[in-house]
Amino acid sequence: MNNQYDMLSSESLRRIDREVAKYPADQKQSAVMAALVIAQDEKGWLAKETIAAVASYLGMAPIAAYEVASFYNMYDLNPVGKYKLTVCTNLPCALSGGVHAADYVKQKLGIDFNETTADGKFTLKEGECMGACGDAPVMLVNNKRMCSFMLPEQIDKLLAECK
Amino acid sequence: MALIDTINPLLTTGWAKGDAGWSLKDYEARGGYAQLKRILSSKMSQDDLIAEVKKSVLRGRGGAGFPTGLKWSFMPKAAPEKYVVCNTDEGEPGTFKDRDLLRFDPHSTIEGMIIAGYAVGAKRGYNYIHGEIFEIYQRFEEALDQARAAGYLGNNILGSDFSFDLFAHHGWGAYICGEETGLLESIEGKKGQPRFKPPFPANFGLYGKPTTINNTETFAAIPFILGMGGEAYLNLGKPNNGGTKLFSVSGHVNRPGNYEVPMGTPFAKLLEMAGGMRGGRKLKAVIPGGSSAPVLPADVVMECTMDYDSIAKAGSMLGSGAVIVMDETVCMVKALERLSYFYFEESCGQCTPCREGSGWLYRVVHRIEHGEGRPEDLDLLNRVTDNMMGKTICALADAAAFPVRSFIKHFKSEFEYHIEHKKCLVDPDVQRAGSGFFSASATAGTV
Ligand SMILES: Cc1cc2nc3c(=O)[nH]c(=O)nc-3n(C[C@H](O)[C@H](O)[C@H](O)COP(=O)(O)O)c2cc1C
Ligand code: SF4
Ligand code: FES
Repeated sequence: MNNQYDMLSSESLRRIDREVAKYPADQKQSAVMAALVIAQDEKGWLAKETIAAVASYLGMAPIAAYEVASFYNMYDLNPVGKYKLTVCTNLPCALSGGVHAADYVKQKLGIDFNETTADGKFTLKEGECMGACGDAPVMLVNNKRMCSFMLPEQIDKLLAECK
Repeated sequence: MALIDTINPLLTTGWAKGDAGWSLKDYEARGGYAQLKRILSSKMSQDDLIAEVKKSVLRGRGGAGFPTGLKWSFMPKAAPEKYVVCNTDEGEPGTFKDRDLLRFDPHSTIEGMIIAGYAVGAKRGYNYIHGEIFEIYQRFEEALDQARAAGYLGNNILGSDFSFDLFAHHGWGAYICGEETGLLESIEGKKGQPRFKPPFPANFGLYGKPTTINNTETFAAIPFILGMGGEAYLNLGKPNNGGTKLFSVSGHVNRPGNYEVPMGTPFAKLLEMAGGMRGGRKLKAVIPGGSSAPVLPADVVMECTMDYDSIAKAGSMLGSGAVIVMDETVCMVKALERLSYFYFEESCGQCTPCREGSGWLYRVVHRIEHGEGRPEDLDLLNRVTDNMMGKTICALADAAAFPVRSFIKHFKSEFEYHIEHKKCLVDPDVQRAGSGFFSASATAGTV
């Protein structure tokens, strides 16, 4: 089991250490969610080996880390495009165009939810409430950047910006 | 979306400058951390502090409305290791107040949590922040650094013998982690599956230690309550419904956004503050407390005031204060279909009635919406909800059932029309126009 986590960059491991420090010394596992995010940031998605590397670094069983990775929606257990767009279509957003915004993106990119464009640039996901319904339509770019009031013009601009 | 309008601003006093007013120095300039200083320098007793919070009749803003002072008093005094946890998981569809609280005024939540730590004798706290709002999580981390550097967090706070530190834990996309014990499991680095209660978190919480868990807005209110006194805070609202409350108004209004109003404000006034109905269209229905709350038809909600008791009397729940406004362009079957999909998708799967029941609800509503409904389906839906409610580990099963029952109860004829005519009562073009998406921008390409 030695050094299975070699595959993670030292920068990632440093970032994971900062997360581990937030929790009591005997509760390293608490950092697994953050550590998986950091690993996903580095690798683009979470392969089984990546998850195992995170588990090994935190001293937990690989299956325990895999359970976490598969439970939370924003971990990508399969490769995704360079830009993952997640559009909220839940009811409050739908009332202000959430579903229509998703339809618009589908049409523009020629893909459906859970598909990736042939050039590997875009993956489209359907999202649940992002706690931003007052700004509907809303979408997330690569999990971390929230875009508000995404009407046709704003969507065009965003897609053009994603190089 | 900054605050647009308010009566009696408390929680939102710091929002005036938008993104430019969140920093520590801004918070201090508006009197921030003065209550913490007062408590520490006067060595206020824990009992007095909790008594003041009880006086305010502050009720938990996360959904259940449980009295906060009472909750704090449940913490065992003697336990050596205790925790304070803040619930900023805010995933209840329609709710977007906690995000703005942390965006525009993170220090009021931090001060509230430190004071809670003092009151219950905890030395450590965590704020669990919704996965989808990474930028807010980052800002909160920055605010924590500021508070630590200024000596408000850490060992011997402001030279006292009280020590408390606070950290942020970032979620990653699971509605169920808003349920308090699912949230605790999640902080422990596990799947966010709720625990059977009792024991309650006050006895067996984070890492098995006594834990007080409150919503962001609950903590944020604490410094204001102590500043003005519990009684004055109570009197802002109405008896048994103390203070002001943030309402997240979404849907078919002219100005969606957060509005802070005293408890007991008429719904009609809130609607007016939100700019009234979009395009002057007719109000059809309102979900007054987040998607898990029963829907109310227009005539009923127009008679309500916005407080726990009035909304409960009308047959719904104030819940998280998420007010979802629907006008006459909405097909109620389609609206319910989307909500039912959400609960089906987010059920954590450990209780059979919820895992199977939420799937049944979604599939049956889906088939009604898609013209494949059967005459017996409405009875079937009600029967399925009977088998879910009160029969599971957490309240998600009830949350899935309430919309189904209330939509059918109040809009039965629409469901029956769907089943009989295999189509919608509301013309598809009217529905399509309702969102305003296509009319919003004439210059964009057509779909
Ligand atoms: C399915 C489900 C989801 C919940 N989501 C949230 C949430 O996002 N935020 C929140 O504060 N409380 C949520 N709650 C309520 C919490 O379990 C808990 O009651 C609350 O955080 C207590 O804080 P309070 O007393 O200050 O309201 C949820 C409950 C359930 C059953
Ligand atoms: S009621 Fe549903 S969400 Fe709650 S614990 Fe049971 S299966 Fe999980
Ligand atoms: S419903 Fe889309 S952000 Fe809340």
